[in-house]
Amino acid sequence: MHEYSIVQALLEQCESHAQEYKATRITRVILKIGKLSGVEPYLLQSAFDAFKEGGICREALLQMELQNLVLHCEACGEDSEQSEICYQCKQCQSTQVRAVDGEEMFLMRLEME
Amino acid sequence: MCKDCGCSIQDHDHTHQEGHSALHSNPQLNDAKTVEVITKILAKNAHEAGHNRAHFDAHKVLAINLMSAPGSGKTALLEKMAESGAFTFGVIEGDLETSLDAERIRAKGIPAFQIQTGSACHLDAFMVHKGLHEMPLDDLEVCFIENVGNLVCPASYDVGAHLNIVLVSVPEGSDKIEKYPVMFAKADLILITKTDLLPYFEYDIDHEKAQARRIKPNVDILAFSTKDEQSIQNVISWIKFKKSMRS
Repeated sequence: MHEYSIVQALLEQCESHAQEYKATRITRVILKIGKLSGVEPYLLQSAFDAFKEGGICREALLQMELQNLVLHCEACGEDSEQSEICYQCKQCQSTQVRAVDGEEMFLMRLEME
Repeated sequence: MCKDCGCSIQDHDHTHQEGHSALHSNPQLNDAKTVEVITKILAKNAHEAGHNRAHFDAHKVLAINLMSAPGSGKTALLEKMAESGAFTFGVIEGDLETSLDAERIRAKGIPAFQIQTGSACHLDAFMVHKGLHEMPLDDLEVCFIENVGNLVCPASYDVGAHLNIVLVSVPEGSDKIEKYPVMFAKADLILITKTDLLPYFEYDIDHEKAQARRIKPNVDILAFSTKDEQSIQNVISWIKFKKSMRS
């Protein structure tokens, strides 16, 4: 259950963005969750609902967009989106690949007032 | 700058996606606004992990993160590495409670620092940072970070190691790699441990290898048993090879 530590990091970021934009409340938090980030969206949602109380996100909706793994192939130069978890280029089958998306969690956008 | 070690590494590990805000000119919000922020949620951890790696690099120490379920044999592997005397190393240990693992390692004459995570199910880069300042890095070739026994949570946290070894033992049953793909996708080396028990379990080692390579076709896989001297030597050779590729 590391979703609680992730939500704490997320809420800290929201607070500091709200301060930067002199917002009084955040109404929507939009995340991109990589399918290989090791996070369960359902648990992230419940952790967010538990921890948002009393803070800048108290009335915020959490919106999560799931991101497939995207690989860049060093051999053929192509980027490919993987519907399954597989670290191999779909075009040329090379394993000289690096993940360019789908392994991380990003805070993408905030709606605030 | 790091207060402890004076390292000046700062904003490394930034991808092109980070740090761009849509509103540069006027940060004053009068109405509801949508702001593009695009930051890694674990940006602080990633920053600290980069710092840890730079710290290991400065001391020419290869850092290896050991991850597995509880009881797969992480500490037993380290005991065998200690007995071999093949290279010098220290261990940063993570457990919810007790210093039992650090004591086992120290009993072999190896420097070990225990981090008790309390209820946290994983080590993060900040915890490891504390541990690395307790390590005599100048005297070491390798530093192992023995993560909390857990096949889920540690996969999400970069702790600042150069390589990940993920262990899975024969008695756990041959479906773990399929069930925990995120963890095994992080592995540079998968160690199938307790292979001396193969005669007593329905465990299809070839199936496991195939599953691992379906996720990551180029992953290294070794069988390991504390009772098989050759298997111990194979792990030592792998670590020494990786070390030689970074010196």
